[in-house]
Amino acid sequence: MPRIQVPTPLRQYAGKQAAVHVAGSTVGEALSSLVSTHPDLRRHLYTEDGKLRAFVNVYLNDEDVRYLDKDATPLGEDDTISIVPSIAGGKI
Amino acid sequence: MPIADVKSEVALSNDEILRYSRHLIMPEVGMEGQLKLKAARVLCIGAGGLGSPLALYLAAAGVGTLGIVDFDVVDYTNLQRQIIHSTADVGRKKLDSAAEKLKAMNPFLNLRTFETRLSSENALELFRDFDIIADGTDNFPTRYLVNDACVLTGKPNVYGSIFRFEGQASVFATKDGPCYRCLYPEPPPPGLVPSCAEGGVLGILPGLVGVMQATEAIKLILGQGEPLIGRLLLIDALGMKFRELKLRKNPDCPACGTHPTVTKLIDYNEFCGIRGEEKPVTETGISEMQVEELKRRLDAGEDLFVLDVREPHEYQICNIGGHLIPLGDLPKRVNELDSSREIVAHCRSGVRSAKAVGFLQQAGFKKVHNLAGGILAWADRVDPKMPKY
Repeated sequence: MPRIQVPTPLRQYAGKQAAVHVAGSTVGEALSSLVSTHPDLRRHLYTEDGKLRAFVNVYLNDEDVRYLDKDATPLGEDDTISIVPSIAGGKI
Repeated sequence: MPIADVKSEVALSNDEILRYSRHLIMPEVGMEGQLKLKAARVLCIGAGGLGSPLALYLAAAGVGTLGIVDFDVVDYTNLQRQIIHSTADVGRKKLDSAAEKLKAMNPFLNLRTFETRLSSENALELFRDFDIIADGTDNFPTRYLVNDACVLTGKPNVYGSIFRFEGQASVFATKDGPCYRCLYPEPPPPGLVPSCAEGGVLGILPGLVGVMQATEAIKLILGQGEPLIGRLLLIDALGMKFRELKLRKNPDCPACGTHPTVTKLIDYNEFCGIRGEEKPVTETGISEMQVEELKRRLDAGEDLFVLDVREPHEYQICNIGGHLIPLGDLPKRVNELDSSREIVAHCRSGVRSAKAVGFLQQAGFKKVHNLAGGILAWADRVDPKMPKY
């Protein structure tokens, strides 16, 4: 099953897990499944109108999905989706 | 891609040749490379967690001119990770402390210190005198400022950032490579990503990432190896795993794209949605209570419900007997609270509890207050025997 790597700042909203296995044939489906199972994640990943937040990047393996097919990018069994938010350390 | 053209007047004395002998005997460095290092000028923004190892290793390696920008003072809690400072330096300016250690490490260093907050007013002029900028800052507005100033002045940005036990490293703003905005066009709204003071950080982590930044700076100067241009290195210190993601230069990037809209530096605090320096919590309609009042009312036997929204491991360090519901669990445990009672919420310093009060107010609680300054203020003003952390 494909898996989603959850970055540290968001683990508290995903049941403290570092990686979650999700079903889905596209990146969009897998992310939907993720926020359905962990609704607290939704507002950290998506804006009110359902768009992925600009400071969050989604990668399929090592490629940014913006440069693939975004949500429609097909997902294989051994693929890993990484959520990569910006971090700055120190003060906000 | 060599950065500094070796000026003909740069030469190495016999002492320097001996000092750098372990560099000189490697073909990848040699005399030519060491002269490039000596001719190079690197500006380090920040002499803290990332800046400490960064500056130390660049000085050790023989970078000729090092600039450091920092306006902060050494704090006791810095010593867990900011290894350029020592216990005797607490209370001293970070610049003075850093300068002393760097000159002791390498007297051949030409050190330039800038005791100022990097801003839109001074960044462009500061950057012009250097070849490479190393970003060791700790907040989003400065990250965007550094990036934009690097793009506008054509200087590479050796980037590193950390959080808890994870880090990122890359090289931004080279001519053909991406910049920070290609990866993150917009900053997160304030409050959505915790800071080190709230989230904590593994002391060794800035050491790991800071030395990676120093490595990248040296590689750029020497023109050796493969720099992290177009590559985002993700570091997971707990798993000791290193992953790499591809970064592309975004043709629509507002800073470095084909039609850039960033032509000058802006107000980055505004860009990041931060309205002022220390925005008083009361501005947002949250009722605050001071620690003295809480103490007085508890001692008088008043029926106040103290809600502690910290984590269990913090409760073990110190507590005032509050009912513990960690902030993240509050939504699902709100039914443990009685809205007919007066509630005082506290955390460590007052930031998380302000969010808790906001949440409870939205959930219809009318009698909720935020304990201003948190348990730290309690330790300061009510119970000096309580440990601070």
